[in-house]
Amino acid sequence: MTTQQIVPGRGGAADVAVPTPGAPGEPARRSARRLARFLRMVPVAPAVALLATFLAGPIVWSLYGSFTNAALTGKNASDPQWIGFDNYVKLLNDPVFPLSLWLTVLFTLGSAVIAQNILGLGLALVMQKANKQVSSTVGTIIVAAWILPEIVAAFVCYAYFSQDGTLNQLLAVFGMTGPNWLYSFPMLAIILANLWRGTAFSMMVYQAALGDVPPEITEAAMIDGAGGAKRLAYVTIPMIRNTITTNTMLITLQTLSVFTLVYVMTAGGPGNDSTTLPILAYKEAFRFSNIGYGTAIATVMLLIGAIFSVVYIRALRPSKA
Amino acid sequence: MTTLAPPAPAAAPRLPVSVASPKRTVSGMMANAALVLIGICFLLPLAWLVLASFDTSATYQTRIPASLSLDNFTAVLTPELTFIPLWNSLVISVGTAAITVIASLLAAYPLSRYQARFNKPFMYGVLFGTCLPITAIMVPVYSLFVQFNLLDSIPGTILFMAAASLPMAIFMTKNFMDSVPVSLEEAAWIDGASAMRALRAIVIPLMRPGIAVVSIFVFFQAWGNFFVPFILLLSPSKQPAAISIYSFFGQYGAIAYGQLAAFSLIYAVPVIALYVLVSRGIGGSFALAGAVKG
Repeated sequence: MTTQQIVPGRGGAADVAVPTPGAPGEPARRSARRLARFLRMVPVAPAVALLATFLAGPIVWSLYGSFTNAALTGKNASDPQWIGFDNYVKLLNDPVFPLSLWLTVLFTLGSAVIAQNILGLGLALVMQKANKQVSSTVGTIIVAAWILPEIVAAFVCYAYFSQDGTLNQLLAVFGMTGPNWLYSFPMLAIILANLWRGTAFSMMVYQAALGDVPPEITEAAMIDGAGGAKRLAYVTIPMIRNTITTNTMLITLQTLSVFTLVYVMTAGGPGNDSTTLPILAYKEAFRFSNIGYGTAIATVMLLIGAIFSVVYIRALRPSKA
Repeated sequence: MTTLAPPAPAAAPRLPVSVASPKRTVSGMMANAALVLIGICFLLPLAWLVLASFDTSATYQTRIPASLSLDNFTAVLTPELTFIPLWNSLVISVGTAAITVIASLLAAYPLSRYQARFNKPFMYGVLFGTCLPITAIMVPVYSLFVQFNLLDSIPGTILFMAAASLPMAIFMTKNFMDSVPVSLEEAAWIDGASAMRALRAIVIPLMRPGIAVVSIFVFFQAWGNFFVPFILLLSPSKQPAAISIYSFFGQYGAIAYGQLAAFSLIYAVPVIALYVLVSRGIGGSFALAGAVKG
């Protein structure tokens, strides 16, 4: 940060004459300076107000609400009672919760951490070798899936994986009869759908990172006789390690909160076979109108998100300092 | 690595390693083939959307329409189905982008220009906020909106969406602002300009591309958002296109695939067009992701 050493006051010109901060000034002057220092932070106020009301507020409310039996309708809607840890006890005894937690982990690991990461990096690497025209055309197609509004992407995937959809039409060409993917393999369908939709982000991040790897280093390794795989493992990947960490954290957090794709494609079904945590929280709160219980699930999600955020911020810090 | 070479190096004549132009032919062709294959996999679902929208008897199968027809489009281009929802989408997205950009410009200026004890914890808080799963807070937000009597209100929804995109916007705006040199503002300060005047007259014009990136980033998120209006807006006259498509799907989706596809396409075209414009205008297609990379 280049700006830190310059610390002008609010009025600028007036402050130039002020003696160095350590000098003993009259108290009036000092309090005036404190006021000026306070006043110049005033423009942050609208952002702080918005964040406090609509982000911090709900988070605090989420903690509080999860200890009540608030409901959508009925007498518990107007006058929720404090019920202590009951919602969490219920959560631990609910057979759907561990399943949902496991499905969320499966979805996040499968579609983001592993598939999007590897496919994104692979695409970025292959694009360096391939014909410019080919890679820009394919890149545009992949980005198009990412640009689409999420509801449209969800419909497109619904159509693609449905019983008489394009995927089974394709399998029929090879003489195979495909199952109803959304019903028989709902997790596989939503993992593939999220891969289709999300890969572009990783691809673009890795393209930018690979562009920053100086070619001299790769060439030096090449002259030393390192083959393609060795260059990748010992030169390229160590050089973009920070980007890999950042990207993995970002796509993990994005995938953790995917709702629309799953909701439109399977609505968490059949049964609870694809009910990830966002779907579970939605179902409990709005379909079964247990706001308190839904809030408890939301709080668990917030906690998971918070853990990831802390890891992410810690990973980012060395490069920012 | 050279020490791993076999003991008799002269025995097998190695292929010459050309650094200036690496072996293009074989590996290049394989790369092209792999890319084309992946490209086709990614294209197939999109192809259905486009083909079905011109096909009056479309199914979930991908096929070339028997006759190209615009009937699907004319069928959905009615005020209730398309124009009002699209207008709502526009109001929500533009409103969200405007509030977010103004609030984050105002906030980023002191954070970028002055040192205060408040800065560091605030930026950590902001960074933390960028990571929070917004989906997780929708249940408490719903309760909050019930308390405030803000449910089914477009301004309320806009304010929430602005708050939700603020952390990322402040983070990006501050990064862009940090790269604007302070020396120009110092000149303005000495000439007696106030901080806000310097921000308006000097900093904002200099970081116009950055502001464009932030506003388009926020606009995109708001335009494509389904979950937030799905929870917070109830009456059809206030709902954006994402929700009206969803209700259309629920009511007629199983019969009118072609219309659903046409409707989806109409809804998607503005963001695609905007993206194409932006990636032409602001250096390269990964300007957005690059900014996020931080």
